[in-house]
This record gives sequence, structure tokens and C-alpha cells, in this order.
Amino acid sequence: MNNIFVYCELTEEKTIADVSLELLSKGRRLATELGVKLEAIVIGSDLKRIEDQVFPFGVDVVHVADDNRLFPYTTLPHASLVLHIFHHEKPEIAIFGATSIGRDLAPRIASALRCGLTADCTSLEIGDHFENKTQTEYKNLLYQIRPAFGGNIIATIINPETRPQMATVREGVMKKEVFDPKYKGQVKKVNASAVLRDEDFMVQIIERHMEASKINIKNAQVIIAGGYGVGSRENFQLLYDLADVLGAQVGASRAAVDAGFSEHERQIGQTGVTVRPKLYIACGISGAVQHRAGMDQSAQIISINTDPNAPINHIADYTIIGSITDVIPKMIRYYKANSK
Amino acid sequence: MSFRIIVLAKQVPDTRNVGKDAMKADGTVNRAALPAIFNPEDLNALELALRIKDQRKDCEVIILTMGPFRAAEIIREAMYRGADRGYLITDRKFAGSDTLATSYAISLAVKKLEPYHLVISGRQAIDGDTAQVGPQTAEKLSLPQITYAEEITEVSEKHIVVKRRLERGVEVVKSPLPAAVTVHSSAPACRQRVAKLLMKYKHARTVTELQNETKDYTELYDQRPYLQIDEWTVDDLHADVTMLGLSGSPTKVKKIENVVFAHKDSKVLSASDEDINNLMKDLIDSHVIG
Ligand SMILES: Cc1cc2nc3c(=O)[nH]c(=O)nc-3n(C[C@H](O)[C@H](O)[C@H](O)COP(=O)(O)OP(=O)(O)OC[C@H]3O[C@@H](n4cnc5c(N)ncnc54)[C@H](O)[C@@H]3O)c2cc1C
Ligand SMILES: Cc1cc2nc3c(=O)[nH]c(=O)nc-3n(C[C@H](O)[C@H](O)[C@H](O)COP(=O)(O)OP(=O)(O)OC[C@H]3O[C@@H](n4cnc5c(N)ncnc54)[C@H](O)[C@@H]3O)c2cc1C
Repeated sequence: MNNIFVYCELTEEKTIADVSLELLSKGRRLATELGVKLEAIVIGSDLKRIEDQVFPFGVDVVHVADDNRLFPYTTLPHASLVLHIFHHEKPEIAIFGATSIGRDLAPRIASALRCGLTADCTSLEIGDHFENKTQTEYKNLLYQIRPAFGGNIIATIINPETRPQMATVREGVMKKEVFDPKYKGQVKKVNASAVLRDEDFMVQIIERHMEASKINIKNAQVIIAGGYGVGSRENFQLLYDLADVLGAQVGASRAAVDAGFSEHERQIGQTGVTVRPKLYIACGISGAVQHRAGMDQSAQIISINTDPNAPINHIADYTIIGSITDVIPKMIRYYKANSK
Repeated sequence: MSFRIIVLAKQVPDTRNVGKDAMKADGTVNRAALPAIFNPEDLNALELALRIKDQRKDCEVIILTMGPFRAAEIIREAMYRGADRGYLITDRKFAGSDTLATSYAISLAVKKLEPYHLVISGRQAIDGDTAQVGPQTAEKLSLPQITYAEEITEVSEKHIVVKRRLERGVEVVKSPLPAAVTVHSSAPACRQRVAKLLMKYKHARTVTELQNETKDYTELYDQRPYLQIDEWTVDDLHADVTMLGLSGSPTKVKKIENVVFAHKDSKVLSASDEDINNLMKDLIDSHVIG
């Protein structure tokens, strides 16, 4: 069987993005299970010693295309280089982040290779498949598990016939874990200028304004999330106060973001970040499927809601029936008085 | 030659309102209870196209949709808002297409509409939720792709300038034409129906719809050929049937589970001091906090 490939994205600071490290971690597990190698692709500029960032995640081979025209990301040259590598290496599995870059690049590549691509997977597993129609047995396929239909159904998708089996995975879904800090793989340089043609550069970036993301709710142990029921930007301050005393981060529902109570970076759910903290306190959040999709893996959930029948209560370990303006100050008061 | 924009639009079940009656007692989705709507981001896409049409007299906006017969509804809806005409790609042989097969069919239809300047689609449909059809259609047509457009700031015969909305910021890019653009929900909302256009197009029908009408529209259609919405089948597109439907779709759905949120044993507390203090004590004692 051939190898598993992960396309690695770069941050604004030209380090490997978290989402890609998460995918390498998952890729390493899959590679070990299948007895194949894990290969990474890094395309950009000033990539000296970039391999040091990926090897600890168990990467056996890293393909590096370093050329000053390749950062920031644009679709066509990156697609040409990935296709070039895939034509030579014939991967068994190829994984991309379900990010603005990955969801731009992966479909273009899948179309060119005429292979299947599963979007936004929340889980990847190895399994077998028996096709009744053709009486064919497939061993060790990639089960690509994803929500669809607005999060109301979960589908397991396979690509029995085409290779690579391609998938995108959202940031924060897989766990980032160092495999072995001393792990060393091999570097394969890709001669970008030999592969790229002028047409690959027909789309030009003329302006960019990127913010390095300051808010990091993804890795928080405790999250205090506010919804539309918080009522105002001022009331949202109560959540920050609670978060301060508990050492927690503040998250938000989309309705709270839309109402201007909170920044978009804090949005949790299908179109925001996916979180899995030890404790999730949902304040004035009704619990729409799109919201739950981003937080239902939390170890413990507390819901504070005036409505005893809010759907969020069904997945909460504790439901406090009451108004956040009443409940949160009491929580702060007790904690201040009783924590060491 | 006119400046031709092809807008790709999909009719979708309104998955955002999977509320009380849209879920059946057994926890499965009651699709019948979900209204079929114009995919939200495709309305944003239509608006960006219409804004170009506002500026250029020679601009023509064509709606292309692939789906069952009733998907003609969104073609009419687009015409009420300013689109010039539309085509419905419809054939049972398309059933079960994944994004690869869908983009193959759509790209053949787009080719039939050559020469064009722009293919504009939504970023993502709210049922399949993949955001793959736009980039895959672009690849099949060998067009440059500009995803997540929020605004088209400049248009000429030869190029466009587009502002893109990314996760962590914005980017402005310039691309030669023809090009494919996918539109993000942060783009301006689509304008409402125009009364005059509603009057003009309310009898617009596909051939199939006309067959089911009791009234005879022959005369009306002779006088006003623009009321005809064309239907294209596999044969019209000269499509290779092995690349369509289930056989042309490399992804196979092995299993579908409906999301039923398991009722946990939830402890219900009041907002009394006593209840809150006990809860906080539990959390501190179990090291969840503190
Ligand atoms: C394609 C798509 C993607 C989406 N993605 C996301 C996403 O990523 N994240 C997300 O969150 N949503 C998302 N949504 C939106 C989602 O469907 C809901 O609209 C949203 O989550 C509702 O937010 P909410 O619970 O804050 O507001 P509401 O549904 O309005 O709920 C407010 C709650 O507050 C309670 N309340 C009112 N006053 C008080 C008070 N004083 N104290 C305590 N409780 C009070 C009410 O009882 C109610 O339960 C998406 C929707 C779509 C269609
Ligand atoms: C549960 C489930 C999971 C699925 N998962 C996958 C998957 O992972 N990979 C995969 O390849 N397929 C998948 N499919 C199939 C996919 O939903 C269909 O191929 C669908 O017709 C197109 O994909 P989409 O709805 O995701 O569209 P998107 O790619 O999200 O649509 C983007 C834009 O393309 C345009 N567009 C899309 N479809 C049409 C159309 N019919 N007519 C006109 N314009 C259109 C619209 O402008 C739209 O906004 C899945 C289907 C189901 C039911």
C-alpha cells in the first residue's frame, strides 16, 4: 500500500499551522495502523529547516517546495505542485485542513485527479467494505465521517475505487500530539521553477490584511460561552468576569456574534471553532444543532437558561434555570470566597 | 459581444430550520417538512452578478441550476430579482451525483454557454455542505478560481478585482477573465424581487411545467419567447454517462446516522444561592475548576 500525505499550511509567521500539525498527528496514527509511511508537503518561501517542525509528529518524508512566489498561498501554483508530487508518489490517502486554504485547494486537486473528496470530516478511521452489487471486498479503506444537512446527519463516506482517498478536516477536530521529539525523516526538495508555468501566476494578490489570531479558545480547558440570551455587550462583561476568576476563555454563539456582543474569533460551532474543554458553561444559548456541533464533545456541560425546555439542556450535565444576570455573580462570589 | 455572467444556484432544503416539526419522533429528518429554498450564498452570488449588470448595459446574467423539475422555481426567483434567463439541467441520470459528477455536468452546461466572462457560484450549499462544486467546476473549465468573494471591486473586459474574506482577514486579488468566483455569506444580501420583473416573468415555465398546465400558453410563448426556461438533459450536454450519477461518483455513502442528541441525565438546578453554591463546590472538589 502507498503512503499517507498531509498538505501542511503555513501561518503568517511561516510556521506550520496548528491544523496541519493536528492532521500529521492523525496521519501518523493511520500510517502506523496501515503499516505505511507518513509524508508531508510544505509549499512556501523561506522554508529553511521547516522539516524540524514536522519531524517530531512522526513524518517520514517531507516534500518541500521553496520559492519566493509561493507565499502567500495562491491556488494555481500550489495546485500544480501538489499534483506534480501526487503524480509521482501516488498517495493512498491525502488529507487537507478544512480551512480557507484547504477547501480552496483540495477540491481543485480532486477534480484534476478525478478522485473522491470528503469535506469537513470529524473523524477518520480505517475499515473494510463489502460491495454487494459487485460482490467486491475492499480492505483497509479510509472511513471519512462527516456531518451534513446542516449538522442533522452524520455520514460515513468511502472512496473504494479512486486514489488518493481525499478528505478535509476542520481545525481543532483532531488532537495535536508530538510523536517523538527526536524523530527524523527525510527531506525531498521539489524544484518548483521546473514545475510551474507563467499561467500559474495569473491571479495576483494586490492587498492583504491578516490578523494573527490573538484569541485562542480552541485549547481552553474551561469555556464560558454566551448566546443571544446574554442580552447585551455590557452583560457579556459578566462572562469575562467569571472567565477571569476561573482562568477560562469566553466563547460565543453565532447569534451573539451577529448581535455584536462578541468577536467572530470566539464563535463556536459548525461555522466557528470546534472545542472540547473540560467544562463548557453555556449562558443564554438555546443549543441549535450548528452550535452543538462545535461543543458537544465537552467533558462537562452546564447550561444557564431561563427556558427549562431549551434544547441545550438535553445535553447538559447541569441545567440552571435562571437568568445569567442573577446566576453568574453568584458563581463568582462563591468561587472567590472558597477557592484556595 | 455581451458581458456574460453565469450564476450557479442550487435549490436546497432549508436545513437551518430543522426545528420542532422538521424532526420526526424517531429523530430522523422529516425532509418533507423542510421548505425548498434558494441556497443562501447563491443569493449573495446573484447579487454580485446583478451589481455588475447595474454598471454595464451590455451585461447578461444567466442562472444555471441542476436539480429536479421543481428547481425551476429558483430560476424564476432569480428572474424576479434581475437575472435575464435560466437553464435547468435535469435528468434522472444525474441522481446520486457527488461533487465530482455534479461539477462535471455543470461544466458541460457552462461550456454550452460560451463565450462567457464569469462563472459565479455560492461558496457552499447548506445541504451537502461541501463547498467543493465551485472549485471543481473551475478546474474542469481550466479557469482561475477566486473563492470566498465578498465584493467585486473592479470589472473590465479583461479582468476583475475581488475582495476575499478569509478566516483571519481579507485579501484583494486581481484575475484575468474568464474566471470562476465563489461567494461568501459576508457579501451583500440579494436585492428583493422587483414588481415589474415579477409581472414580466411570472409565466416563465420549463417545457415540463408547460405540459402540466391546463391553460394553453402556445400563443403567449410565441409572442414572448423569453418566458421559455430551457431544460437540458444528459443528451443535450453530450455527457459521458459513466461520469454522472452514482457510477460517476467516487465517493460512496456507506452509512448515514441521524443526529439524535442523547438525553443525558441532566441535573436541574434553580438559581438559588444554595443550588449555585453546591454546584460550585462540586466543581471545585472534582478539580473541574480551581
Ligand atoms: C449554516 C449555518 C451555520 C451556523 N453556524 C453556527 C455556529 O458555528 N455557531 C453557532 O452558535 N450558531 C451557528 N448557526 C446559528 C444557529 O442556527 C443558531 O441560530 C444560533 O446558535 C443561536 O444562538 P443562541 O443560542 O445564542 O440564540 P437563541 O437561539 O436566540 O437563544 C437564546 C437563548 O437564551 C435564553 N435566554 C434569554 N434570556 C436569558 C437570560 N437572561 N438568561 C439566561 N438565558 C436567557 C433563551 O431561553 C434562549 O434559549 C449557524 C446557522 C447556520 C444556518
Ligand atoms: C450526507 C451527504 C454527504 C455528502 N458528502 C459529500 C462529500 O463529502 N463529498 C462529495 O463529493 N459529495 C458529497 N455529497 C454529495 C453532494 O452533496 C452533492 O454532490 C451535491 O449535489 C453538491 O454538493 P454540495 O451540496 O456540497 O454543494 P457545494 O459544493 O457546497 O456548493 C457550492 C456551490 O456550487 C453551486 N452548486 C452546487 N450544486 C449545484 C447544483 N446542483 N446546481 C447549480 N449549482 C450548484 C452553488 O452555487 C453552490 O453554492 C454528500 C451528500 C450527502 C447527502
